[in-house]
Amino acid sequence: MSDNRLAARQIELEVLRYNPETDQEPKFQNYSVPCINEWCVLDALNYLKDNLDPTLAYRWSCHMQVCGSCGMMINGEPKLACKAMLRDYPDTIRIEPLNHFPIERDLVTVADDFIAKLKRVKPYIIPGEKRVPTEGEYKQTPAQLKRYRQFAMCINCMLCYAACPEYGLQPKFIGPAAISLAHRYNIDSRDGGRDERQEEIATDEGVWECTFVGACSEVCPKHVDPAAALQQVKAASTVDWYLEHFMSWVKK
Amino acid sequence: MAKSNKPIIWGTFAAGGELVSLIMPVLILLTLLAATGHVPAIFGYEKLHAFAAGWFGKLAIFVVLFLSLWSQAHRLRITCFDFGLRADGLVAFVMYILAALGSVATVVYLARI
Repeated sequence: MSDNRLAARQIELEVLRYNPETDQEPKFQNYSVPCINEWCVLDALNYLKDNLDPTLAYRWSCHMQVCGSCGMMINGEPKLACKAMLRDYPDTIRIEPLNHFPIERDLVTVADDFIAKLKRVKPYIIPGEKRVPTEGEYKQTPAQLKRYRQFAMCINCMLCYAACPEYGLQPKFIGPAAISLAHRYNIDSRDGGRDERQEEIATDEGVWECTFVGACSEVCPKHVDPAAALQQVKAASTVDWYLEHFMSWVKK
Repeated sequence: MAKSNKPIIWGTFAAGGELVSLIMPVLILLTLLAATGHVPAIFGYEKLHAFAAGWFGKLAIFVVLFLSLWSQAHRLRITCFDFGLRADGLVAFVMYILAALGSVATVVYLARI
Protein backbone atom coordinates (compact mmCIF):
# COMPACT_ATOMS: atom_id res chain seq x y z
CA MET A 1 0.00 0.00 0.00
CA SER A 2 1.27 3.44 -0.82
CA ASP A 3 2.29 5.89 1.87
CA ASN A 4 -0.59 8.34 2.27
CA ARG A 5 0.98 10.44 5.02
CA LEU A 6 0.97 14.07 4.05
CA ALA A 7 4.24 15.96 3.93
CA ALA A 8 4.76 18.64 6.56
CA ARG A 9 6.34 21.86 5.37
CA GLN A 10 7.32 25.12 7.06
CA ILE A 11 6.20 28.09 4.94
CA GLU A 12 7.27 31.70 5.45
CA LEU A 13 4.32 33.96 4.66
CA GLU A 14 5.04 37.63 3.97
CA VAL A 15 1.62 39.21 4.40
CA LEU A 16 0.83 42.84 3.66
CA ARG A 17 -0.90 44.29 6.72
CA TYR A 18 -2.84 47.53 6.93
CA ASN A 19 -5.09 48.80 9.68
CA PRO A 20 -6.66 52.11 8.59
CA GLU A 21 -7.18 53.13 12.22
CA THR A 22 -3.55 52.89 13.29
CA ASP A 23 -1.27 52.54 10.24
CA GLN A 24 0.06 55.36 8.07
CA GLU A 25 0.74 52.92 5.24
CA PRO A 26 0.65 49.16 4.57
CA LYS A 27 3.69 47.11 5.57
CA PHE A 28 4.71 43.47 5.41
CA GLN A 29 4.54 41.18 8.40
CA ASN A 30 6.28 37.80 8.31
CA TYR A 31 4.92 34.57 9.75
CA SER A 32 6.39 31.10 9.86
CA VAL A 33 3.47 28.73 9.36
CA PRO A 34 3.59 24.94 9.79
CA CYS A 35 1.80 23.64 6.70
CA ILE A 36 1.10 20.47 4.84
CA ASN A 37 2.32 20.38 1.26
CA GLU A 38 -1.13 19.41 -0.04
CA TRP A 39 -2.72 22.55 1.41
CA CYS A 40 -3.66 25.60 -0.57
CA VAL A 41 -2.60 29.13 0.42
CA LEU A 42 -6.02 29.71 1.99
CA ASP A 43 -5.43 26.76 4.36
CA ALA A 44 -2.15 28.35 5.42
CA LEU A 45 -3.92 31.67 6.05
CA ASN A 46 -6.65 29.94 8.05
CA TYR A 47 -4.01 28.18 10.18
CA LEU A 48 -2.28 31.51 10.66
CA LYS A 49 -5.46 33.24 11.78
CA ASP A 50 -6.58 30.39 14.05
CA ASN A 51 -3.23 29.80 15.74
CA LEU A 52 -0.78 32.66 15.23
CA ASP A 53 -2.52 35.99 14.67
CA PRO A 54 -6.31 36.35 14.95
CA THR A 55 -6.14 40.01 13.86
CA LEU A 56 -5.41 39.17 10.21
CA ALA A 57 -8.33 40.15 7.94
CA TYR A 58 -9.09 38.46 4.60
CA ARG A 59 -12.17 37.34 2.75
CA TRP A 60 -13.09 33.76 1.98
CA SER A 61 -16.20 31.67 1.93
CA CYS A 62 -16.41 28.44 -0.07
CA HIS A 63 -12.83 27.09 -0.23
CA MET A 64 -13.72 25.47 -3.58
CA GLN A 65 -13.28 28.07 -6.33
CA VAL A 66 -16.95 28.93 -6.54
CA CYS A 67 -17.57 32.03 -4.41
CA GLY A 68 -14.76 34.19 -5.80
CA SER A 69 -14.04 36.03 -2.55
CA CYS A 70 -10.47 34.92 -1.70
CA GLY A 71 -8.75 36.68 -4.61
CA MET A 72 -5.34 38.11 -3.63
CA MET A 73 -1.89 38.71 -5.06
CA ILE A 74 0.20 35.61 -4.39
CA ASN A 75 3.85 36.11 -5.30
CA GLY A 76 2.78 39.04 -7.43
CA GLU A 77 0.07 37.25 -9.39
CA PRO A 78 -3.69 37.56 -8.91
CA LYS A 79 -4.90 34.17 -7.66
CA LEU A 80 -7.72 32.61 -5.69
CA ALA A 81 -6.06 31.59 -2.41
CA CYS A 82 -8.12 28.39 -2.50
CA LYS A 83 -6.77 27.49 -5.95
CA ALA A 84 -3.11 28.34 -5.25
CA MET A 85 -1.62 25.04 -4.05
CA LEU A 86 1.41 25.21 -1.73
CA ARG A 87 3.13 22.42 -3.70
CA ASP A 88 3.44 24.90 -6.62
CA TYR A 89 5.21 27.53 -4.48
CA PRO A 90 8.63 27.98 -2.88
CA ASP A 91 9.01 28.08 0.91
CA THR A 92 8.53 31.85 1.04
CA ILE A 93 5.24 33.21 -0.28
CA ARG A 94 4.34 36.89 -0.50
CA ILE A 95 0.65 37.68 -0.08
CA GLU A 96 -0.86 41.07 -0.88
CA PRO A 97 -4.38 42.40 -1.50
CA LEU A 98 -5.59 42.51 -5.10
CA ASN A 99 -3.85 45.13 -7.26
CA HIS A 100 -5.74 48.21 -8.45
CA PHE A 101 -8.23 48.20 -5.57
CA PRO A 102 -8.09 50.33 -2.41
CA ILE A 103 -7.25 48.37 0.75
CA GLU A 104 -9.99 48.24 3.35
CA ARG A 105 -7.92 46.30 5.88
CA ASP A 106 -5.05 43.81 5.46
CA LEU A 107 -5.97 41.59 2.48
CA VAL A 108 -9.53 42.91 2.20
CA THR A 109 -10.08 45.33 -0.69
CA VAL A 110 -12.88 47.77 -1.42
CA ALA A 111 -14.89 46.35 -4.32
CA ASP A 112 -17.37 49.23 -4.68
CA ASP A 113 -16.00 50.33 -8.06
CA PHE A 114 -16.47 46.88 -9.58
CA ILE A 115 -19.94 46.43 -8.08
CA ALA A 116 -21.05 49.81 -9.47
CA LYS A 117 -19.77 48.86 -12.94
CA LEU A 118 -21.45 45.49 -12.74
CA LYS A 119 -24.79 47.18 -12.05
CA ARG A 120 -24.32 49.56 -14.96
CA VAL A 121 -24.04 46.76 -17.54
CA LYS A 122 -27.29 45.07 -16.39
CA PRO A 123 -25.97 41.51 -16.05
CA TYR A 124 -29.34 39.79 -16.05
CA ILE A 125 -31.88 38.68 -18.63
CA ILE A 126 -34.00 41.50 -20.01
CA PRO A 127 -36.62 39.41 -21.80
CA GLY A 128 -36.90 40.09 -25.52
CA GLU A 129 -40.38 38.67 -25.65
CA LYS A 130 -42.59 39.35 -22.63
CA ARG A 131 -44.37 36.23 -21.44
CA VAL A 132 -46.43 35.29 -18.42
CA PRO A 133 -45.64 32.07 -16.51
CA THR A 134 -48.70 30.30 -17.90
CA GLU A 135 -47.24 30.58 -21.39
CA GLY A 136 -44.48 28.21 -20.35
CA GLU A 137 -40.72 28.43 -20.11
CA TYR A 138 -38.30 30.21 -22.44
CA LYS A 139 -36.82 27.42 -24.52
CA GLN A 140 -33.19 27.29 -25.59
CA THR A 141 -31.31 24.79 -27.73
CA PRO A 142 -27.95 23.33 -26.63
CA ALA A 143 -26.32 25.30 -29.48
CA GLN A 144 -27.80 28.55 -28.17
CA LEU A 145 -26.57 27.72 -24.67
CA LYS A 146 -23.09 26.93 -25.96
CA ARG A 147 -22.70 30.43 -27.41
CA TYR A 148 -22.60 32.12 -24.01
CA ARG A 149 -21.97 29.32 -21.49
CA GLN A 150 -18.25 30.00 -21.12
CA PHE A 151 -18.89 33.68 -20.33
CA ALA A 152 -21.51 32.69 -17.75
CA MET A 153 -18.84 30.95 -15.66
CA CYS A 154 -17.63 34.26 -14.18
CA ILE A 155 -17.64 34.31 -10.36
CA ASN A 156 -16.90 38.05 -9.97
CA CYS A 157 -13.57 37.36 -8.24
CA MET A 158 -11.99 40.47 -9.81
CA LEU A 159 -8.66 38.74 -10.57
CA CYS A 160 -8.99 40.07 -14.14
CA TYR A 161 -9.19 43.65 -12.82
CA ALA A 162 -6.06 43.11 -10.73
CA ALA A 163 -4.27 41.73 -13.82
CA CYS A 164 -5.45 44.34 -16.33
CA PRO A 165 -2.79 47.06 -16.85
CA GLU A 166 -5.37 49.17 -18.66
CA TYR A 167 -7.65 49.22 -15.61
CA GLY A 168 -4.63 50.23 -13.52
CA LEU A 169 -4.01 53.20 -15.82
CA GLN A 170 -7.66 54.14 -16.47
CA PRO A 171 -9.80 53.37 -13.42
CA LYS A 172 -12.90 54.47 -15.37
CA PHE A 173 -12.52 51.46 -17.69
CA ILE A 174 -15.58 49.25 -17.16
CA GLY A 175 -13.19 46.32 -17.30
CA PRO A 176 -12.99 42.65 -18.30
CA ALA A 177 -15.52 40.86 -16.06
CA ALA A 178 -18.35 43.42 -16.33
CA ILE A 179 -18.07 43.65 -20.13
CA SER A 180 -17.81 39.86 -20.44
CA LEU A 181 -21.00 39.49 -18.41
CA ALA A 182 -22.76 42.11 -20.52
CA HIS A 183 -21.69 40.07 -23.55
CA ARG A 184 -22.92 36.86 -21.92
CA TYR A 185 -26.46 38.31 -21.77
CA ASN A 186 -26.21 40.08 -25.13
CA ILE A 187 -25.69 36.75 -26.92
CA ASP A 188 -28.32 34.86 -24.90
CA SER A 189 -31.20 33.86 -27.19
CA ARG A 190 -33.76 34.77 -24.48
CA ASP A 191 -32.44 38.29 -24.01
CA GLY A 192 -33.56 41.52 -25.65
CA GLY A 193 -31.53 44.06 -23.67
CA ARG A 194 -28.49 44.49 -25.90
CA ASP A 195 -29.32 48.07 -26.95
CA GLU A 196 -29.43 49.15 -23.30
CA ARG A 197 -26.12 47.49 -22.49
CA GLN A 198 -24.41 48.83 -25.60
CA GLU A 199 -25.09 52.35 -24.31
CA GLU A 200 -22.69 51.50 -21.47
CA ILE A 201 -20.13 49.19 -23.05
CA ALA A 202 -19.79 50.49 -26.64
CA THR A 203 -18.23 53.64 -25.21
CA ASP A 204 -14.74 55.08 -24.79
CA GLU A 205 -14.59 53.95 -21.17
CA GLY A 206 -16.25 50.66 -22.09
CA VAL A 207 -14.86 48.09 -24.47
CA TRP A 208 -12.81 50.64 -26.45
CA GLU A 209 -10.48 51.23 -23.52
CA CYS A 210 -9.30 47.62 -23.93
CA THR A 211 -6.01 47.24 -25.80
CA PHE A 212 -6.18 43.43 -25.89
CA VAL A 213 -3.29 42.76 -23.50
CA GLY A 214 -4.93 39.44 -22.64
CA ALA A 215 -3.78 39.25 -19.00
CA CYS A 216 -7.42 38.90 -17.90
CA SER A 217 -7.74 35.58 -19.72
CA GLU A 218 -4.44 34.30 -18.31
CA VAL A 219 -5.46 34.81 -14.68
CA CYS A 220 -9.16 33.88 -14.94
CA PRO A 221 -9.67 30.88 -12.60
CA LYS A 222 -12.87 29.83 -14.41
CA HIS A 223 -11.53 29.98 -18.00
CA VAL A 224 -14.06 32.61 -18.99
CA ASP A 225 -11.55 34.13 -21.45
CA PRO A 226 -12.70 37.75 -20.97
CA ALA A 227 -10.28 38.95 -23.66
CA ALA A 228 -12.19 36.89 -26.24
CA ALA A 229 -15.50 38.30 -25.00
CA LEU A 230 -14.21 41.86 -25.36
CA GLN A 231 -12.89 41.19 -28.87
CA GLN A 232 -16.32 39.84 -29.84
CA VAL A 233 -17.94 42.95 -28.35
CA LYS A 234 -15.57 45.15 -30.37
CA ALA A 235 -16.39 43.34 -33.61
CA ALA A 236 -20.16 43.49 -32.97
CA SER A 237 -19.96 47.16 -31.93
CA THR A 238 -18.07 47.98 -35.12
CA VAL A 239 -20.83 46.39 -37.21
CA ASP A 240 -23.33 48.43 -35.15
CA TRP A 241 -21.43 51.63 -35.85
CA TYR A 242 -21.53 51.16 -39.60
CA LEU A 243 -25.20 50.16 -39.51
CA GLU A 244 -26.13 53.18 -37.37
CA HIS A 245 -24.19 55.67 -39.49
CA PHE A 246 -24.69 54.39 -43.03
CA MET A 247 -27.58 51.94 -42.99
CA SER A 248 -29.86 53.15 -40.23
CA TRP A 249 -32.84 51.50 -41.94
CA VAL A 250 -31.32 48.02 -41.35
CA LYS A 251 -32.45 46.35 -38.16
CA LYS A 252 -29.58 45.16 -35.95
CA MET B 1 -22.27 58.21 -22.05
CA ALA B 2 -22.15 58.48 -25.82
CA LYS B 3 -21.19 55.55 -27.94
CA SER B 4 -17.61 55.68 -29.19
CA ASN B 5 -16.47 56.45 -32.72
CA LYS B 6 -13.42 54.23 -32.28
CA PRO B 7 -14.96 51.49 -34.49
CA ILE B 8 -13.71 53.48 -37.54
CA ILE B 9 -10.10 53.18 -36.39
CA TRP B 10 -10.36 49.75 -34.81
CA GLY B 11 -12.43 48.31 -37.68
CA THR B 12 -9.83 49.18 -40.28
CA PHE B 13 -7.01 48.04 -37.98
CA ALA B 14 -8.74 44.71 -37.32
CA ALA B 15 -9.60 44.21 -40.99
CA GLY B 16 -5.97 44.95 -41.94
CA GLY B 17 -4.75 42.49 -39.32
CA GLU B 18 -6.99 39.76 -40.72
CA LEU B 19 -5.81 40.48 -44.27
CA VAL B 20 -2.15 40.42 -43.27
CA SER B 21 -2.45 37.14 -41.41
CA LEU B 22 -4.74 35.30 -43.85
CA ILE B 23 -4.49 36.79 -47.35
CA MET B 24 -1.20 38.63 -47.71
CA PRO B 25 1.08 35.57 -47.45
CA VAL B 26 -0.95 33.88 -50.20
CA LEU B 27 -0.85 36.98 -52.41
CA ILE B 28 2.90 37.44 -51.93
CA LEU B 29 3.59 33.81 -52.83
CA LEU B 30 1.17 33.89 -55.74
CA THR B 31 2.57 37.06 -57.33
CA LEU B 32 6.12 35.80 -56.79
CA LEU B 33 5.32 32.51 -58.54
CA ALA B 34 3.36 34.31 -61.26
CA ALA B 35 6.29 36.66 -61.90
CA THR B 36 8.62 33.69 -62.37
CA GLY B 37 6.08 31.72 -64.42
CA HIS B 38 5.67 28.81 -61.98
CA VAL B 39 1.86 28.83 -61.78
CA PRO B 40 -0.99 27.04 -63.58
CA ALA B 41 -2.44 28.91 -66.54
CA ILE B 42 -5.37 30.30 -64.57
CA PHE B 43 -2.95 32.29 -62.37
CA GLY B 44 -0.65 33.18 -65.26
CA TYR B 45 0.92 36.63 -65.47
CA GLU B 46 -1.48 37.78 -68.22
CA LYS B 47 -4.53 36.68 -66.23
CA LEU B 48 -3.39 38.48 -63.08
CA HIS B 49 -2.44 41.55 -65.12
CA ALA B 50 -5.90 41.60 -66.66
CA PHE B 51 -7.45 41.33 -63.18
CA ALA B 52 -5.36 44.25 -61.93
CA ALA B 53 -6.33 46.30 -65.00
CA GLY B 54 -10.06 46.16 -64.29
CA TRP B 55 -11.67 48.61 -61.88
CA PHE B 56 -12.76 45.84 -59.50
CA GLY B 57 -9.24 44.40 -59.39
CA LYS B 58 -7.77 47.84 -58.77
CA LEU B 59 -10.19 48.52 -55.96
CA ALA B 60 -9.56 45.12 -54.36
CA ILE B 61 -5.77 45.51 -54.55
CA PHE B 62 -5.95 49.02 -53.13
CA VAL B 63 -8.19 48.00 -50.22
CA VAL B 64 -5.96 45.02 -49.36
CA LEU B 65 -2.75 47.08 -49.48
CA PHE B 66 -4.14 50.16 -47.76
CA LEU B 67 -5.65 48.21 -44.84
CA SER B 68 -2.54 46.04 -44.46
CA LEU B 69 -0.19 49.04 -44.44
CA TRP B 70 -2.35 50.98 -41.99
CA SER B 71 -2.73 48.09 -39.54
CA GLN B 72 0.96 47.16 -39.67
CA ALA B 73 2.03 50.78 -39.21
CA HIS B 74 -0.11 50.89 -36.09
CA ARG B 75 1.19 47.51 -34.93
CA LEU B 76 4.84 48.53 -35.41
CA ARG B 77 4.16 51.73 -33.52
CA ILE B 78 2.82 49.75 -30.53
CA THR B 79 5.68 47.25 -30.83
CA CYS B 80 8.23 50.08 -30.68
CA PHE B 81 6.53 51.34 -27.52
CA ASP B 82 6.63 47.87 -25.98
CA PHE B 83 10.33 47.54 -26.78
CA GLY B 84 11.02 50.74 -24.89
CA LEU B 85 11.11 53.26 -27.74
CA ARG B 86 8.92 55.79 -25.96
CA ALA B 87 9.11 58.68 -28.47
CA ASP B 88 5.58 57.73 -29.47
CA GLY B 89 4.75 60.91 -31.38
CA LEU B 90 7.81 60.59 -33.63
CA VAL B 91 7.36 56.83 -34.13
CA ALA B 92 3.67 57.30 -34.97
CA PHE B 93 4.53 60.05 -37.47
CA VAL B 94 7.16 57.92 -39.23
CA MET B 95 5.00 54.78 -39.33
CA TYR B 96 1.84 56.48 -40.58
CA ILE B 97 3.79 58.50 -43.17
CA LEU B 98 5.34 55.26 -44.47
CA ALA B 99 1.88 53.67 -44.66
CA ALA B 100 0.49 56.75 -46.42
CA LEU B 101 3.38 56.77 -48.90
CA GLY B 102 2.79 53.08 -49.60
CA SER B 103 -0.90 53.74 -50.18
CA VAL B 104 -0.17 56.65 -52.55
CA ALA B 105 2.38 54.50 -54.40
CA THR B 106 -0.31 51.80 -54.73
CA VAL B 107 -2.70 54.31 -56.33
CA VAL B 108 0.01 55.56 -58.70
CA TYR B 109 1.03 52.08 -59.81
CA LEU B 110 -2.56 50.93 -60.18
CA ALA B 111 -3.38 54.01 -62.26
CA ARG B 112 -0.52 53.17 -64.64
CA ILE B 113 -1.74 49.62 -65.36
